[in-house]
Amino acid sequence: MWNKKALVQKLEAVNEYEQEPIPTHKLKGWKSFLGTYAGEHTAGTEFVIGPLFVAHGASAVDLVSGLIIGNILAVLCWAFYTGKISVKTRVTLYYQLEKIAGHQFTTIYNLVNAGLFCFLAGAMIAVSATAVGIPFDLAMPQLTDIYPNSIGWVITVFVIGAITTVVAMFGFDQVSKFSLVAAPWMIMVFIAAAIASLPRLGVTQVSEFWPVAKEVIWTGIPLEGQSKFTFWHVMFFAWFCNMAMHIGLADMSILRYAKKWTYGFSSATGMFLGHFIAWIASGILYALFLIESQNSLTFAPGPIAYGAVGIAGAVCVIIAGWTTANPTLYRAGLAIQSINPKWKTWKVTLFVGLVTTIAACFPALVMMLLEFVALYGLILMPLGAVIFIDIYVLEKIGLQSNYALVSNSKLNWSAALTWGITLAFCLVLNIYGGIEVFFLGFPGWFVAVLVYIVASKINQKKPAKKVPQPVA
Amino acid sequence: MKTLVKIISYIGLGLSIVPAILVFKESMTPETCKMLMTAGTIMWFTTSPSWMNKTEEGNG
Repeated sequence: MWNKKALVQKLEAVNEYEQEPIPTHKLKGWKSFLGTYAGEHTAGTEFVIGPLFVAHGASAVDLVSGLIIGNILAVLCWAFYTGKISVKTRVTLYYQLEKIAGHQFTTIYNLVNAGLFCFLAGAMIAVSATAVGIPFDLAMPQLTDIYPNSIGWVITVFVIGAITTVVAMFGFDQVSKFSLVAAPWMIMVFIAAAIASLPRLGVTQVSEFWPVAKEVIWTGIPLEGQSKFTFWHVMFFAWFCNMAMHIGLADMSILRYAKKWTYGFSSATGMFLGHFIAWIASGILYALFLIESQNSLTFAPGPIAYGAVGIAGAVCVIIAGWTTANPTLYRAGLAIQSINPKWKTWKVTLFVGLVTTIAACFPALVMMLLEFVALYGLILMPLGAVIFIDIYVLEKIGLQSNYALVSNSKLNWSAALTWGITLAFCLVLNIYGGIEVFFLGFPGWFVAVLVYIVASKINQKKPAKKVPQPVA
Repeated sequence: MKTLVKIISYIGLGLSIVPAILVFKESMTPETCKMLMTAGTIMWFTTSPSWMNKTEEGNG
């Protein structure tokens, strides 16, 4: 059933161009990016984020305008920032970062990345558990829950975690193919669930939607214990929820295959199907649940989708959660394995799966998903700024780009200081300035740029010991 | 044969959305919609993998 040699060969094939630019004949057309982005951004997280906007009392006007503007800004970042850098370098973020910051730095980056991946995968396992638990009448978590609320919840999470881990260990390729197949169906079910729920909200004609949206769905009043979201929260969240991917440049892995940098605009399919339609759809479902349950604090995407469109809805939640958790877990395993390539992949994935499953037991991971996603992007953002400056600015001001490679250094202190100081600055803004995590990425990027230039000036005072540099 | 399989897939995809629109227009009960959507789900997942992944690989 499982051919280890074949799997190893496949993994090696995937890694074929990790350490070198993509050859011209391997470049892909724009259609492939349209599908990739539409599939990646219509996922399990969408079942949580849309409802959380409702819970945080975003008004209908703020939500729609914030999502449109935030998503457009995200698409522009993918094209003008990630797309341009990816096509110019044609290597992965990890390889580019290693040339700039050194192997030791990349190891730390990978560890942090792996930890964040584990939490994200954990949240998605928990989302799947809410649907798997339906036939067992499982007590669902509450919006304010931090710890697991029952043994049944823990058992359900562990069963899903175990399956996800085993599949990540043995069958990533099949999951990847399954995700591609599931994507168009999931988009349909998201939309269908919302449309079918509208009559229960009193909408039977298109013209009735907007008044109901303003007065019933996105009322502008947060639920008990939730902070109030304004236009700015929605806009910055939509812009920065994938900050790790665009400004943080993780999507160099994808866009380095693009024939032209303009293919970055294909991220619009993900933004406007997943981060607009799917968020609005899941928000509608949650608003209906709140009305019918008289503002219950229970927060469980599975039963909500099941109530709207039956088995298809519950299956959609399971698949959406699982297809997000699985590759995320796999990527976490790869990130940790890069620290020591001699470690067995299956052992690393098993360890990562265990950590992820334990994390998934805590409902707080789902309930705080907005904050977590924003934090995830923020933590990885400074490295995107470092790469941007290294490629476009350093040589123009008489400094050396790819300094770790050129100086044969394992740790470029300029990059390390940039990361540390930027995050410390953001933390201070958060604690002492009271600025919420959703807004920190914007000032943080400028701080990262400034610190990296100044630190490089100081760090590169001594002439670097030059080594031959490969063409990139 | 491949065309027939594709047609079944698209009918399955259609069954995942059209019944919901009919519920919205009050031309179908939610129970019938749920049943048809389940059927559509089964049709999609039993037929689309046979041609969809091949298309994706072709794109690549």
